[in-house]
Amino acid sequence: MGGERGLLIALVLFVGLLSIVPLARLAWAALLPGGSFDAARIADLLGNRRVVEATVNTIWISVASTLLATVTGTLAAMLVTLTDMRARTLWVFGFVLPLMIPPQVTALAWVQAFSPASPILGPMGLALPPGTRHPLYSMGGIVFLLGLYNAPLVFLSVRASLQRVPSSLVEAAQAQGARGFAVTRDIVLPLARGGIFAGAALAFVSSIGNFGIQAMLGIPARVSTLITLIYRRLNSYGPSALNDMALLALLLALLTVLGMALTAWLGRRGDQRVDSARRLPRRSLGALRGPVEGLAWLYLVLCLLLPLSALVGTALVRGYGQPLNADTITFENFANALFHHEGIREAFATSLWLTLATVAVLIPVSVALGYVLTWREGWVARVLRLASELAYALPGIIIGVAMILFFLRPLPLIGTGLYGTIWVIFAAYLSNYLALALRPILGGYAQIERGLDEAAQLAGAGILARLRDVVLPALAPSAAAAAILVFMTAINEIQTSVLLVSSRATTIGPMIIFLEEAGSSTLAAAVGCLMVLLVLILMGLSLLAGRHLPDGVLPWRD
Amino acid sequence: MSDITIDALDKSFGRTRVLHEVSLAIASGEFIAVLGPSGCGKTTLLRCLAGFERLDAGSIAIGGETVSSPRGHVPPERRGVGVVFQNYALWPHMTVARNVAYGLKISGMAKPARDARVAEVLGLVELGDLADRRPADLSGGQRQRVALARCLAMESRVVLLDEPLANLDVHLRGTLEEEFARFHARSGATMFYITHDQAEALALATRVAVMDRGRILQFAPPEQLFREPACETVAGFIGEGRVIAASDLAPTGDGRAHASVLGHPAALRCARGERPRPRARVSFHPGDLHMVPGAQGIAANVLRATYRGAYLRTEVMAGPAGDVPLTLNIPAPASLTQGQRITIALRDGWVLPDRAAS
Repeated sequence: MGGERGLLIALVLFVGLLSIVPLARLAWAALLPGGSFDAARIADLLGNRRVVEATVNTIWISVASTLLATVTGTLAAMLVTLTDMRARTLWVFGFVLPLMIPPQVTALAWVQAFSPASPILGPMGLALPPGTRHPLYSMGGIVFLLGLYNAPLVFLSVRASLQRVPSSLVEAAQAQGARGFAVTRDIVLPLARGGIFAGAALAFVSSIGNFGIQAMLGIPARVSTLITLIYRRLNSYGPSALNDMALLALLLALLTVLGMALTAWLGRRGDQRVDSARRLPRRSLGALRGPVEGLAWLYLVLCLLLPLSALVGTALVRGYGQPLNADTITFENFANALFHHEGIREAFATSLWLTLATVAVLIPVSVALGYVLTWREGWVARVLRLASELAYALPGIIIGVAMILFFLRPLPLIGTGLYGTIWVIFAAYLSNYLALALRPILGGYAQIERGLDEAAQLAGAGILARLRDVVLPALAPSAAAAAILVFMTAINEIQTSVLLVSSRATTIGPMIIFLEEAGSSTLAAAVGCLMVLLVLILMGLSLLAGRHLPDGVLPWRD
Repeated sequence: MSDITIDALDKSFGRTRVLHEVSLAIASGEFIAVLGPSGCGKTTLLRCLAGFERLDAGSIAIGGETVSSPRGHVPPERRGVGVVFQNYALWPHMTVARNVAYGLKISGMAKPARDARVAEVLGLVELGDLADRRPADLSGGQRQRVALARCLAMESRVVLLDEPLANLDVHLRGTLEEEFARFHARSGATMFYITHDQAEALALATRVAVMDRGRILQFAPPEQLFREPACETVAGFIGEGRVIAASDLAPTGDGRAHASVLGHPAALRCARGERPRPRARVSFHPGDLHMVPGAQGIAANVLRATYRGAYLRTEVMAGPAGDVPLTLNIPAPASLTQGQRITIALRDGWVLPDRAAS
């Protein structure tokens, strides 16, 4: 047991230093700056007009966009699992794709698609007249984009639920005389309720913490939310505002946890754990099939193709607003983004090695942690799991503030602080993505028979030998999926790094915001196109390896 | 030496007490079966022996060395115990040969010696031709032999078997039972076999421990379990046993007794120290009941007779009041109809010891 105890201690140190201690430091700075509890300061700060306004906006935006995402995602899941729609695989890929595109790129694409200078609507004569206020630079615009952005999250959760409903339950209702709509309303949807609310919880967490969309649309629209407020105050005042921002971050964390608790309560007793070999029969849409399919594809055209082609269109002209034709087309922006613009090149290089290092550390750690969580009991395992889940569920900006606080002072052994260096971002990534890496790996563990490990133990193998010889070969596909997920998410990461980047260390994710703020819309569009391209390549690669993966590990695979 | 001493073992999961003062003394080289319904704690007992679970109280010693107690715990990898898992737990990514060789490799045996040993062991279980196959390409019986070869290669002195036949179809079972017997003869290891199937336990083991709700009810050779059950639960569990009331028990001193069963005198077996008492409980099996001609015997009403080939399995209501359900086997050919009155006799029976009779 000596080897196992050593491993457990190492895991506790890892999770403790990267998740528990920084978050505790955040709570300390928020509530007890200088060591004493000052109720007047807290009341003063939370009663501030701008803070109240940002809080109300945050709640309204996240609730409304969650509702939109839930309705859209549930409808899409029902369409895909319950009807005889054709070309389903392709449609699912298209529907889930926006989830993989960094939110700041999505926001940029939509802004360009619907601006008066739209490269797509303009030539069609549908663009807004010049001088009109951009429709997306508004509260409604933020709710709309966040809702669409998070709909795939709900879709994935509801689809998984629907696939677990045994067909016999539906057949029993039909035998009692229930027909089409009644069966869906009375049997199918109630059984999928757990999945619907689980999806809604994910959408809520994702909306409330989505910096990319809230910043890209909210800052020009002067719709302030907690995230953008924290970002802008820290940008203008620097570390002197840290304690106050820690309090706001704590408020944001509280709202997140409240939202999750509320959806969990609404969806309680939702998981019926019914499994059967036979899935629900697909119902024929009959004469409606054509129109329904038409609407489904129209949705993809509007929500995926239109904004993305606007992005490509903008990236292909020299100046923002120029019409795209044979005379104006240029690949200069791409050339600049790839080869000439030093800032972008360095940011990309930084992001690349940061992401690779994160993957290289997190995958072995997750394999070891998954072992403890799956096959060992006890409160230590539970605390480790909770801490990693919390660091993942909380908006990235909270981890960002926590990391600044934690690393601001000089470290005891090294003598210098890490603040402003790449290492803070690295630490934040490790903290943020542990749960993301863990999830597919836990799924992999669930498929490994425990006896395989025990048999190796009886053969005399210690914990490290067992992980290497027995667990890893069986877990390899899931570990690869985890690596791809972490890579895709971290390479374009914005929520955490936007706070932690400095002149010495910038990542590619926030670059789009900086470029757009600096007025280089065409260059920003080119960078966005390259990010989408990278995502598509990675998704394609993962599909090639997909046959060896357990079901449901890759969200974009039907 | 590989004798096993389990002393007053207690184990709880949360508030559920799974093992309750379990004590067993097993001699080196014995073949022991632990028999009990699912959920009786027998798998937990095996996991305690293998070292996967820690004890709350009591101790386990293997070959005189204490391996488990609340104070000390030798991890599974250092117990030298082999386990044949229910679904064999063969590593799917390794070939048959590598599965067998893994433990030797971990122990640091050099490759030439290891290869020789693997070849020898695979030859013993007649799997030499399949050394390069993957477990997925093997039949159920071949997988079991790989699992056994793994124990043979490690020269495990103690081999624990966790319901190894539970997932197999009936035709395979008989052959595989023989396989275990041969393995036992060849290796001389102490075998500890967990099962819920009494036929398996009685056929394989030199002694059987009957378990129920975390307690050992009786630990005895198969024929003693069958003929002299220690309590009603064991009597009811083994060989479709029945227990009914008897009165006016009169031991004759040589392990035999007379008593009145269902209003008729019967000759019974009992413990040597048995005392005369007015009430007793008698255990017997369907084979102890016989249909007799005439009216001298226990009157019974036929409820149902089912044709089973060599005999008719007959359910009757017997006794003076006709309210005691009994089952007996009547040799075919015979014809019985529902409601027919017959006379039966109890030819043999065992008087349950007093402490268990309540």
